[in-house]
Formats: sequence, C-alpha cells, structure tokens
Amino acid sequence: MRTTAFKLSFLYLVVFTALSGFLLIYISRTTNQIMAAQVVQTVDAEITGLSEEYVRGGVRALVESMERRARRPDASLYLLVDFAGNPLVGNIPQLPTIVLEEADGDVQRMRYTRSTGEGSTESGEALVRIFELRGGYRVLVGRDLGEQQRFANVFSDALQFWLISVILMAGATWFFVSRRVMKRIDGIAATSRTIMEGDLTRRLPVAGNGDEFDRLAGNLNDMLERIELLMQGMTEVTDNIAHDLKTPLNRLRTRVETALREAKTDDDYRQAMEATLDDSDGLIRIFDALLRIARVEAMSPEAGMGPVDLSAVVEEVADLYQPVLEDLGGSLDVDVAQGQTVLGNRELIAQGLVNLIENGLKYGCADGEEAPRIEISTRLDKDRCAVSVRDHGAGIDNADMDRVSGRFVRLDKSRSQPGYGLGLSLVNAIARLHGGSLSLHNAAPGLNVSFDLKTIGTPESIDIKEGSQA
Amino acid sequence: MRILIIEDDAEAAAYLAKGLKEVGHVADHASDGESGLEMALDVAYDVLIVDRMLPKRDGLSVIEALRAQSNQTPVLILSALGQVDDRVKGLKAGSDDYLPKPYAFTELLARVEALGRRPKAGGEVATTYQVGELILDRMAHSCRRGDKEITLQPREFRLLEYLMQHAGQVVTRTMLLENVWEYHFDPQTNVIDVHISRLRGKIDKDFDRPLLHTIRGAGYSIRDMAD
Repeated sequence: MRTTAFKLSFLYLVVFTALSGFLLIYISRTTNQIMAAQVVQTVDAEITGLSEEYVRGGVRALVESMERRARRPDASLYLLVDFAGNPLVGNIPQLPTIVLEEADGDVQRMRYTRSTGEGSTESGEALVRIFELRGGYRVLVGRDLGEQQRFANVFSDALQFWLISVILMAGATWFFVSRRVMKRIDGIAATSRTIMEGDLTRRLPVAGNGDEFDRLAGNLNDMLERIELLMQGMTEVTDNIAHDLKTPLNRLRTRVETALREAKTDDDYRQAMEATLDDSDGLIRIFDALLRIARVEAMSPEAGMGPVDLSAVVEEVADLYQPVLEDLGGSLDVDVAQGQTVLGNRELIAQGLVNLIENGLKYGCADGEEAPRIEISTRLDKDRCAVSVRDHGAGIDNADMDRVSGRFVRLDKSRSQPGYGLGLSLVNAIARLHGGSLSLHNAAPGLNVSFDLKTIGTPESIDIKEGSQA
Repeated sequence: MRILIIEDDAEAAAYLAKGLKEVGHVADHASDGESGLEMALDVAYDVLIVDRMLPKRDGLSVIEALRAQSNQTPVLILSALGQVDDRVKGLKAGSDDYLPKPYAFTELLARVEALGRRPKAGGEVATTYQVGELILDRMAHSCRRGDKEITLQPREFRLLEYLMQHAGQVVTRTMLLENVWEYHFDPQTNVIDVHISRLRGKIDKDFDRPLLHTIRGAGYSIRDMAD
C-alpha cells in the first residue's frame, strides 16, 4: 500500500475517473439541451398549424385537426378546453385546472397521463405549451420526453460501465506495474545485500531495454566497479607491503643480528649501523611511494587540479635532468609545442615525467652504449595531449606489456636493478587521475611510454604552485 | 636559538631536544597542544616545531590560534601523514615549513636554522648577497666573483640565490628541490648533486678558495671559511 506504484495507480484512477465523469456529464447535458430544443421546435410547429386551422375553419376545423393528429402513431399530446375548462378533444383525459389557468404561453415541463385508444393509459413526462385562442379556448400541445429519458438512461448506464472498467483497468495496471517494478527493485535490493555482505564481484541485474531501472543499475554498477578497483588496490597494497617491506625488513634485521654476533671492533659496529640507516631510509622510500600511489588512486580528480602550462612543466623537468644525462654522456632531447595548457596537477605531472626519465636512466641504454638517450615529446590529439618519454634501451617483451602497466609489477629482468617496482605504478595512477591512461609500446629500439592529459583552450600559462614558500 | 618542541611522543621529543642542545640551541618541550600554545604565547621563541597530531589541541589549530593573536614565530610542522594535500593544509594554517615523519635529524636541523634566521616578515630583503668576494645582484640578475663576471642560467641563478640567502647554514637537497625547483618529491637519482657541481664549476673553479661546500650526510653550505 505504501509503494510508489500503488500511489501512482491510485492517482491515475482518481484523475481518470474525474475526467471521464466530467466528459460524460458534459455530453449528456448538451445532448439533453439539443433534444429539448428539438421538442420545443416540434411543439411550436404544431401550434402554428393548429392556429392556422382555427383561423381558417373555426373550432370545428380545430377539433377535427386535433382528432386526426391525435390518432397518428407517435402522436404528440393534445388537449382543447373551453373557457370553463371542460375538455373538448385531445388524448389527455384531464389536467389540473391550475396548470391551464396559469398558462402564459411558455414551454413547461409536466407529468401527464393519456389514453392510448384501447382503454389503457400511459403516463410520462412531457414538455408542453399552452396557449389561448380567441373565444376562451385553450389549447395544449406537448411532446413526451420518454425518448430523452431513454437517452439519459443509456448515458447513465454507459457511465457506470465506464467507471467500472476504469477501476478494473487501473487495478490491473497497478497489479502488473507494481509486480514488474517490485520485481526489479527486489532484484536490485537482493543483489545489493549480497554486495554489502562482501561479494564485490556481483553486479546489479540489467534488463537491457534501456529503461530508467537499467540506467540506475548501470550507474550503480559503474560505481561498484570503482569501489571494487579501490578495494583491489587496497588488497594489492597490503600484499605488496607484505612482500616489499618484509624483504628489506628481514635484511635489516639480519644485518643487526650479524653485527651483534660477529662485530669485534667499533668500526665494525659503525659500518653495520650505517648500513642499517641506509636500509631504513630505503624502507621509508618504499612506504612513501606506496602511500603516494594509494593516495593518488583515491584522489578525486578535482582536488588540486588547475590549468597547467605543460610545456613549462616538461621544460622544468628536462632542465632538472639534462645535466645528469650530459654528465653520463647521454642526452635528453625535448620536442614540445609551446603554450600547451592542460588541466592537471603540476606536481604530479612533473613526478610522472621524473619517474619515466628515471626508468629511462636505468633501462634506456642502447646495446653497446654507455649512456641513455632520452626524448620527451608531446602529441596533440583532439582535446588530449599525450606526453611521451622514449629511451633507446631493450624495451619490454610484448607479452609483458599489459603486466607492466598494471600495479606493482616488477619484471624479472629488472629485479637486479635498484628500485622497488613502483615508479610506473605511480605514473599509471597519475595518468588515471587525469582521466587518461598509461600506454607503452616498443619503439624498436627503445621503449616509448606516454600518458595523456586534457587540454584547455586558453593558452594562458598559469602554474598551480602549491605551497610555494616564496 | 630558542626553540619550542610541541610533540606528544616523549622519546622523540627528548631525542630532538638533545640534538638541538648539542649544536648550541635552547630547546623547551610541551607534550600537548594546550600547554604548547600557552608556552608559545608566553615566551619569545625563535622557532616552533609542532607535531601535526597532538592531544587536547591539534597542531594545525595551535598554529591558527598563534597566528590569530598575530604571533609570527616561524613554525615547522612535523607530520606522519606526509602527503601533498596534508602539506598544503599545514601551510594554509600558517606554518612556514613542513617535514614529513620519519625525518633525518640533519634535515630537521637545517630547516629549523633556515627558519630561525629568516628575515622577519615585512623587513627589508637585501637586493644583493655577498659571500666572501662572491656578489649576487638580484636586481640586475648578475653575479661576479672578484673581478670575474659569472654568467648563470636562470635555474643556476635561483639555486645560488637560495644558497646565498642561507649563507653559512646547511641547505639540504630536499630543501633545494622544494625551494628552487618547487618539487615536493624525491627523485631517485641525486639530480641536485649534478646541478651543484655545475654551479661549483662556475663560482669556485679557478679560484684558490672554495665557497660552496658539501656537508657530508646533510647537504650543502655556502660560506667563506676565512671569515
């Protein structure tokens, strides 16, 4: 009774009934009026005829004419009385005198009883007009309203039938609609209960007809997708904390243990302590990186975003690393269009670039070369601008491409290198935060890694410099 | 310098106070936000070191209360959260610097000293810096050492400017990254060292006495040892 479907059906019933009632009443009223007008017209015509008879042939002709008319089938009502009120001719035996006395020539409605020839009588309602002739005679002409009455009855029957059908139909509609709607809602409710109980892989049923429930379920499913992803991230972070933090923790512990057991001189202790400090710094770095990834993954895209001069950010990062590569004997080339403004977070974009360059420094040396050559470029595609960092190293096996852009993946080949396998994961998170994606492909030779950002039309270069201490 | 440490972890605070005293500072300790705020308002400290999360009164709220009473003592905020948005919150509340936990003592010391010797707000900012015979003219964007004109790239200029602004103090790599490059993350490669060595090649090479010194385990410092 409290469902929306019931309320809606009820409202529909009330409104529809009221409307149809109004329509029926309007039609029957108008019809009645038209029919009454017709009756009056007929009566008037007869009166005109009778008056003419009277003028032409006196009372005798009038009486004859009235008798003749009264005998016709479907005859009108006639009565002629003298000045004393005695009936002379007509098919109505008697009339209350007062009716005749008060006659003023207008049409009036009255009940009557008339003889039908074979001694029987019939009664009914009629519209009559009474008029006076010279000599004190009064003539009544009228027509029975039975036809009209029948018409009214037909209408009233129709109205009742109509109302009953409307109520039945509304009931049926309510039943089917509420059953259908309730079935969908119950389906959604049941699924959401299982989801709340912890099964995040479940999705709400989508009927596929694109109705409002499908749209709702679709949106909720997208939301669940995101929640599941975040939960997965959480699980992965926990798993990786277990692995990536326990390994160095174990190394640290072993080092201290060994020092306590084997160290002889102060110098031995000092060395062990210094190594331990380095280990703990490494641990802090992993911690920071993990937290940073988790935070970026969970950030809302609006937070800390603004117009960023991408060209300037790239130039700044390049400016930071150019001397490093030059000292190594390599090179860092920048091919970036000027004045490219994107919507983003300057710090994170810079960090993404830094991580990619760091990867290039580690893995980007071409065969037989000592130092890496790295190229940074931007490419505009509609309203997205992709920033790519390309090295000339061995690249990545195609089979590993999908894996490496996933989170927290370290390829076997890279395990010997320093690092924690979190650099690309952070770039991936940053790319996703900016509504883009991280893409890798072999540039043969070398690896080309890029992520895309949304461009802004205005070429104003407004840097969002958070927490500048100037 | 007189320093107030507002930190609820007694051991960490004691370690900090001991370290600061060893290098010649005076350090007081408050273990919660309320008493910390009282002490900060009572005594004229040079620097406050405030933990982000404190009993009774949150670290940010302590800073806000101080600033509301127009107390402009420089504040270094310590936080275990250490995230981008957290740092922004701290700076918005009125802190002057931010250091995520866990930190190295050398890093903290460098930052505290930089804060304590910072020119007072509203005070005159020097247009030229001088260390020994090295002169940096901020208005003319020029640099010379003795008779020799030194040409600097814009970023090198800002690097030297920051170092000379903190002449005699230790400046850490992170401080340089934050203040010269405005990055608040740590690249794995020691990019700063490369930039420092380039700068050193311009201002110290061909001169008998170096001005730009590497402080082992801490960072860099520009000073004239003959002073």
